[in-house]
Amino acid sequence: MAQAEGHASAQEESHASGHEEGQQHPLGIYLKIWAWLFVLSTGSYLVDYFHLQGYLRWSLIVTFMLLKAGLIVAVFMHMMWERLALMYAIVVPPLLVVVFMMIGAFEGFYTFITRGIFFGTGS
Amino acid sequence: MAQPATTTAGHSPTRPDGWQGIVADWSSDQRAFKNVPWGKAMMWIFLLSDTFIFSCFLISYMTVRVSTTVQWPNPSEVFALTIGGEHIPLILIAIMTFILISSSGTMVLAVNYGYRRDRARTTLFMLLTALFGATFVGMQAFEWSKLIAEGVRPWGNPMGAPQFGSSFFMITGFHGFHVSMGVLFLLLIARKVWRGDFDVNKRGFFTSRKGRYEIVETMGLYWHFVDLVWVFIFAFFYLW
Repeated sequence: MAQAEGHASAQEESHASGHEEGQQHPLGIYLKIWAWLFVLSTGSYLVDYFHLQGYLRWSLIVTFMLLKAGLIVAVFMHMMWERLALMYAIVVPPLLVVVFMMIGAFEGFYTFITRGIFFGTGS
Repeated sequence: MAQPATTTAGHSPTRPDGWQGIVADWSSDQRAFKNVPWGKAMMWIFLLSDTFIFSCFLISYMTVRVSTTVQWPNPSEVFALTIGGEHIPLILIAIMTFILISSSGTMVLAVNYGYRRDRARTTLFMLLTALFGATFVGMQAFEWSKLIAEGVRPWGNPMGAPQFGSSFFMITGFHGFHVSMGVLFLLLIARKVWRGDFDVNKRGFFTSRKGRYEIVETMGLYWHFVDLVWVFIFAFFYLW
């Protein structure tokens, strides 16, 4: 709730700066996010450059990816300033992808195991 | 029931916080998306559907990758370049990533200047964005021709699992197509901004509707989405 109030006041501030039309925000925030995206991308590139492996690699990649995606959607696409009704309508449905992903993973591992059993090339 | 079904683009009714506010917005006899122009709402819904398309590609890629019993080619090596005698892993993809992020940065500036009715700067930043986009597609073409020359095909490759080629061409091809369409879209809108169509309320040749500067933001949503998809492709296909 406190978060929603914060958004509302931020919106009022930006609207108070003159123009009523559309999404008007100070340029500084865009430049900051731009810089952060560069930093995060460099981070994920360095994960590969230093040949990190295993869970450390995967967790770092996913963390950088989600942070970048969040910054792009929230600030560049102005989602954090939109009404909750639009935000939920757009952000909630993609969560179903997690279900599809798990189905795909189960199916894939099952195929891998059966290939191993029947063709003898796997584990 | 509280609000009749009229356009609410101009004002946003006050609602309770959280879920109660969402229910109040979606209740009967009104537009669900207050203070959002229809073009922008439709673009968001299109992007939602596009999200599912790219998710399907990435999930199929995951499925074939975990199910293959053959070694998956190491993307770090496949996409390495030798620059000035130095062998740098994945460098081409890293440069492409930075170019696409920069194009998102210039796009967001174009949107901002559009709402300030600064025609010259809006056009300039949109053209810069288009230039970055075209550079990205160019580098992708280079990457494709390099891999094809090395013998990567949708049905096989010399490095390992044959599914590598089909996933690569399908995913990056579809993404590259999105970028190319985005560049065209950018050039079209940039031309309209430059001519001042949105200041004199000129009607579009196709829809006969009057355009507004919000189209720059709608266009920007599409462009940022292309960047967003690349974030996921970069992580799952190139880094994993």
